[in-house]
Amino acid sequence: MSEEIIKDVIIGESDDYIINMGPQHPSTHGVLRLEVCLQGETVKYLIPHVGYIHRGIEKMCEASSYPQIIHLTDRMDYLSAHMNNEAVCLCVENAMQVEVPERVKYIRTILDELNRIASHQLWWCAFGMDLGALTTFFYGLRDRELILDIFEESFGSRLLHSFNTPGGLMHDIHPNFQKRVKDFITYFRKKLPEYDQLLTGNVIFQQRAKGVGLMSKEKAIAYGVTGPSGRGSGFSCDLRKHAPYSAYDKVQFNEILYNEGDTFARYKVRMDEMWESMNIIEQLIDNIPDDGFTAKMKPIIKLPAGEYFQRVETARGEFAVYIVSDGNKTPYRIKFRSPNFSNLFVMNELASGGKIADLIAISGSLDLVIPDIDR
Amino acid sequence: MNSVIKYFKDIFYGVSTLWAGMRVTGKYFVSPGQIVTQKYPENRATLKMADRFKGEIIMPHDDNNQHRCTGCGICEMNCPNGSIEVLTNRVPNEDGKVVRVIDKHVYHLSMCTFCGLCVKTCPSDALAFGQKFEHAVFDRHKLTKILNREGSSLKKEVKS
Ligand code: SF4
Ligand code: SF4
Repeated sequence: MSEEIIKDVIIGESDDYIINMGPQHPSTHGVLRLEVCLQGETVKYLIPHVGYIHRGIEKMCEASSYPQIIHLTDRMDYLSAHMNNEAVCLCVENAMQVEVPERVKYIRTILDELNRIASHQLWWCAFGMDLGALTTFFYGLRDRELILDIFEESFGSRLLHSFNTPGGLMHDIHPNFQKRVKDFITYFRKKLPEYDQLLTGNVIFQQRAKGVGLMSKEKAIAYGVTGPSGRGSGFSCDLRKHAPYSAYDKVQFNEILYNEGDTFARYKVRMDEMWESMNIIEQLIDNIPDDGFTAKMKPIIKLPAGEYFQRVETARGEFAVYIVSDGNKTPYRIKFRSPNFSNLFVMNELASGGKIADLIAISGSLDLVIPDIDR
Repeated sequence: MNSVIKYFKDIFYGVSTLWAGMRVTGKYFVSPGQIVTQKYPENRATLKMADRFKGEIIMPHDDNNQHRCTGCGICEMNCPNGSIEVLTNRVPNEDGKVVRVIDKHVYHLSMCTFCGLCVKTCPSDALAFGQKFEHAVFDRHKLTKILNREGSSLKKEVKS
């Protein structure tokens, strides 16, 4: 397939009708350009063009000390900012062999899951809107607002919270935190069935989602599609289960797997993950230990020379950090493996041969965050 | 015959799923007590941001116009994007020793990413986050602020 694409690009057929979807297209949720080749209404192939908001974050990191890197990782996948922060922190902590307090691990896990719920809620809003159901947008944002309020109270910011720092947390959680999280869970357990009534059962939605954008398990593995998109194809890739970090080894939860591999399966994975996230939070929220919110770290963090690697599960898939250190206070080289980059490039396989309207459903179901692709 | 039955079945099924969704929206339509939208900016007078809200960096001054900043420059060093410039003078104090005092603590709000490192690393707790969030101005130069006030001095108990 890929050779065919290259041939087409170089030679091009005279009757190919090529349109650009994006970079300013509402359904790409950012500046992503898809060069779509059409025959009538059928997509022949598509080529994603990335890099419109490339900021050179990896290069910037080479000039930043380790605590300074944290706030840059926020700005990649802004909807899973906390997980991105955590990946860098865990990597630095492992490299320095610092044991963080149990309290930090518990709080990080709770925040991961809250962040995952908030991210899936926003995805649900936007996905419904992409498919023409504007109502979902208001219902999803209504509930997401409550999580953001909890974040705002504890860390001072709603989206890019830079709350982790190598060795622990920036400051302790707010005294109200536990109560508000519990209130939210009680509230959201009542509201999540509304999501199903509004969208999941809707016959128009089902017909646009079922059987569209089929991705086999082999394809998911070949392209490195992780996260809910991969798990919708039966690819068991949940790092919280397979390589537990923070407090994930202390909680009971199920990895959500669906084998259909279509847009609806990917949708169902995310909906079920919200329930699982609430289960995880409920197991942890009442027994947060009380042993300080940060480990003792030197004022200037220098990693011993060597190579370090850490991966975490964000709301979109596997996010990995690879640091090469030469013993200085800044990394020699840093590489981020972002989930969206891999998830994007499978789109040609999913959309080819389908209708152009299905392309919107497919790109929505992959839940792409463009700054994470471009970095 | 079967296909006709299926046709009507599909129609009824479709209508029933639409009805399920409409019930939810209808419920909220007739119970306006559950309105969740904030009426900003009409509620400006009562709107209170969270205590830890990161609106801007401020340097708290007490009633005698005294602050805690010694001009050590650690915040400037820790800021990832050069939003802070600390300008200091060397002046003799009452014992005749030459000490460093702060001249201007320049803060570029336009570049700040609110990472919080300056507030966290300041050794004398001179900085804090302010709750003001309406920063829109017509001239971007207004976003460069001098945090220490005119004629302010260092608090006695803070060792430089
Ligand atoms: S604000 Fe704090 S860190 Fe910055 S110069 Fe003043 S005393 Fe030093
Ligand atoms: S919050 Fe961060 S970016 Fe802003 S002035 Fe402080 S250190 Fe610099």
